[in-house]
Amino acid sequence: MSTVPVPYRVLSSRPETPDCVSLTLAADGATLPAFAPGQFAMVYAFGVGEVPISVSVVGDGTVTFTVRAVGAVSAALCKLAPGETLGLRGPFGSGWNLDAADGSDVLVVAGGLGLAPLRPAVHRLLGRAARLAVLVGTRTPADLLFPGELAGWREQCRVEVTVDRPTPQWRGSVGVVTALLDRVAVGAETATALVCGPEVMMRHTADALHARGVPPGRVQLSLERNMRCGTGHCGHCQLGPLLLCRDGPVVDCAVSRQLLSVREL
Amino acid sequence: MTERQPQPLLDGLSAPHRARLLGLADDREFPADMRLFDEGGSANRFWLLRSGEVALDLHVPGRRPPVVETVGAGQLLGWSWLFPPYHWHLGARTLGPVSAWEFPAHRVRALCEAEPEFGLRLALHCAAVIAERLQAARLRLVDLYAPDGGGPP
Repeated sequence: MSTVPVPYRVLSSRPETPDCVSLTLAADGATLPAFAPGQFAMVYAFGVGEVPISVSVVGDGTVTFTVRAVGAVSAALCKLAPGETLGLRGPFGSGWNLDAADGSDVLVVAGGLGLAPLRPAVHRLLGRAARLAVLVGTRTPADLLFPGELAGWREQCRVEVTVDRPTPQWRGSVGVVTALLDRVAVGAETATALVCGPEVMMRHTADALHARGVPPGRVQLSLERNMRCGTGHCGHCQLGPLLLCRDGPVVDCAVSRQLLSVREL
Repeated sequence: MTERQPQPLLDGLSAPHRARLLGLADDREFPADMRLFDEGGSANRFWLLRSGEVALDLHVPGRRPPVVETVGAGQLLGWSWLFPPYHWHLGARTLGPVSAWEFPAHRVRALCEAEPEFGLRLALHCAAVIAERLQAARLRLVDLYAPDGGGPP
């Protein structure tokens, strides 16, 4: 783990949606330790600022981050071209506990950009989970991340996609992602669920999983707060007793569910 | 995850009640793009989907009916049959081939009246479905996946 930004060079910049870009990076000198699925880096756009972004692909000597242009720093990152350099600190935080998913049924539930942090987990789980289902909710068909890759996953596991706002051409599901839970058969008591998306979506998904018999201890949520230092010192990312940059971002629902219901945390 | 498709409504009934309900059902297969019912029409049937997907749409003059939600395998299609005046609130069209149990509404309502315990279980399940869809509609109103996360901080 590095606490000072290490220069990484942009190998490729791939537009994913109208406002999302995947940046594939390689070290431009010193190399950071390998990222585990679910961990994040503080990504520094030189002269602009630093934002936390979860790893989207863990490659051989490369690392990919999928960035949505929502603010000054992320917009600057999205504009980076191949050959340009940014700074990385990390890897930070806890990743997905994939050992808990070994040999069990696994539900991966993603909302919007939440598919990006789950993507490397799916890469590891394909062929490893007893049964794997990937459920994705997104705003419109144009906002769906990695559609080509989802098509490939469909050959190896169950993949369901639903949108909030269909276009006239859309022939798939319409509605919230939790509605897809009824469509997959899982051994509820032994299933593991990995969930990432807007916090309200995760809260409702956790409740829907619980209602279907999945124990909270087998539901992992990737939480987000205002990560700054990444090392558990500054306290910006505090959620009750947790410092999410250190104790998260992936937190067992048995620990986090109650905290998510507390206002002002 | 393609083993037995969960059927929350049937799974929530006792074995005798399940048998009574299924005793009223017809096995139906529908082709893709088939209109099952129209908004305002008589809600005299409902379905439990075994496979496939059905789009629920809304009549908007001068426009192709916008799809507001889809219902898939394991889910209940139609609850307007349970409440007077028994008119569909939305229209429905199959998105692909669909297999389903089809239930005659008047016979199921008669069974509910004749067997209050069965009627309570069925009504509670339908109420849960309605509550879930109301909650889903509310969540979608918030537009959670919007760039601003559904609104200003």
